Amino acid sequence: MARRVAIVGTGHSKFGVRNDVNIAELAYESITQAIREANIEKDEIDLVITGYVGGWSSEPLAPPLLLEYTGLTGKPGYRVEAACATGSAAIKAAYDAISAGEADIALVVGVEKMNESPTPTVVEFIGRAGNYFWEFENFGLTFPGYYALYATAYMQQYGATEEDFCRVAVKNHYYASMNPKAQFPRKITLEQCMGSRYIAWPLKLFDCSPITDGSAAVVLASEEVAKKLTDSPVWIEAIGASIGTSNLSKRPGFTSLPAAVTAAKAAYKKAGIDPDNPAKYIDVAEVHDCFTIAEILAYEDLGFAKRGEGYKLIREEQTYIGGKIPVNLSGGLKAKGHPLAATGVSMAVELARQLLGKVEKGRQAPIKNGRALAHNIGGTGHYAYVTIYSLEKPRQA
Amino acid sequence: MSTQREQADMFLAQMDQFAETMKQSVGAPILFDQKTGAALWWDQREMKLRFIISIEKIRKFFEALSEGKLLATKCKKSGQILFPPQAFCPDPEDEIEWVELPKEGELLTWTVIYTKPYSFGHYPDYTVGIARLTNGVQVLAWVRETDPKKLRAGMKVKIEIVKRQPENYLTYEIVPVEE
Repeated sequence: MARRVAIVGTGHSKFGVRNDVNIAELAYESITQAIREANIEKDEIDLVITGYVGGWSSEPLAPPLLLEYTGLTGKPGYRVEAACATGSAAIKAAYDAISAGEADIALVVGVEKMNESPTPTVVEFIGRAGNYFWEFENFGLTFPGYYALYATAYMQQYGATEEDFCRVAVKNHYYASMNPKAQFPRKITLEQCMGSRYIAWPLKLFDCSPITDGSAAVVLASEEVAKKLTDSPVWIEAIGASIGTSNLSKRPGFTSLPAAVTAAKAAYKKAGIDPDNPAKYIDVAEVHDCFTIAEILAYEDLGFAKRGEGYKLIREEQTYIGGKIPVNLSGGLKAKGHPLAATGVSMAVELARQLLGKVEKGRQAPIKNGRALAHNIGGTGHYAYVTIYSLEKPRQA
Repeated sequence: MSTQREQADMFLAQMDQFAETMKQSVGAPILFDQKTGAALWWDQREMKLRFIISIEKIRKFFEALSEGKLLATKCKKSGQILFPPQAFCPDPEDEIEWVELPKEGELLTWTVIYTKPYSFGHYPDYTVGIARLTNGVQVLAWVRETDPKKLRAGMKVKIEIVKRQPENYLTYEIVPVEE
């Protein structure tokens, strides 16, 4: 018999260039906050899942390092990696264990220290996160380059413009300006974005998420334990996940991520959400805007907009508070920052706090349905996770 | 003008030099964050990373490049063409045969890489694109055109086998065809 699972504690470090801390100190910030918020003792935790991509940072074995530092050794656990979707994959691993009755209280932490390597090395590591032998070795794609292939195809097919992409950056910086945990807590103008240099045409510097150090943590608990711990659990109602092709050349088209569509469909089905009008059921969404084009693709893959009309949603400001569905009120990966493995966990922290009405004024979504959605993509649609968080206890476990 | 790799190497050499003076004065390779002044340890261990990858089962692909041919594999039963070539079909009951790919196709999408990975930092800006060949197979490769505005979706292209310099090895490239 599957069991229901809820978030009972959240923690979030400041995102940015964190040269003031090492990786263990950085993880400590969010881990201790999540445990304190959950109001539990460390010995009550019976599973620890660590999300960590690494490569650019010096410590390969993150879990023992972080747990020794935090005084949490002796518990079962392992490291999870699903590229930029690592955080969501780590949450799913803990969710599955609790749901199956293998654990009652699990700690999930996502951490990344990307600034331990110089920028060209980090660009190299992320560029290799596709198909190494056939698409990197000879052709040197970069992460902005992969998404630029989608941006070009999208512009050619639907007539969207570089201004449309920049509108996403303007919105996400606007909300980041109210989020003290964001790497870039400041507004930008459309002109600033349009005037920034090309990184991978047609994507410019301000279309791209930055290189970020950061950590985020959540404490998950079974229904029975959650009821004892808190009056306000945030339930994990559904998780949809899918893996896409390694080679981009094997994709049927370049205006949608099939893995995201599949993941959304699965999540909507379990949560009883009408896939033709999901915005009606959801108060706020965090989507994977590693690049501005990715947020527009997300609108369409999630069914917030019809095919080919995602760019109109941002043009008409329908993803600001007060619009059809507010998206990335944290500032998104674009302006909050994107420490790969922390990102999915950061989305969970943000959405739990949104649902509970606990985020900063000016970026708090009105909560009517009590439902929020996280869309977390690994690589360029190599992995996709769509997670539905809910205030109301899910009908099915 | 120096390449991105030269710039990166120069930056690292400066850090190394600073760390050397710190080792002499305080005995440790300490650097300081230029904005915040935070103390940083300059790693004294450097690792070179180069992989040795098996191509034994797809050797034919690389041998055919020297004859000017681009090969793929085809699953005999299902008719599915696999590119990049695979030695095995997804269906283990099926088996492959080698086929030559057509050289003509159309451009689907492209990008110009300005900010490059370290190991590509010695090249000038390059264009990467995806073409669909006349038999439906899609190929990702460099495109011989560095002005992105001169390209359009659906334009005719051909595949050419070329020698990549300065490494001097055979690979393939997408070349726009004059119309």
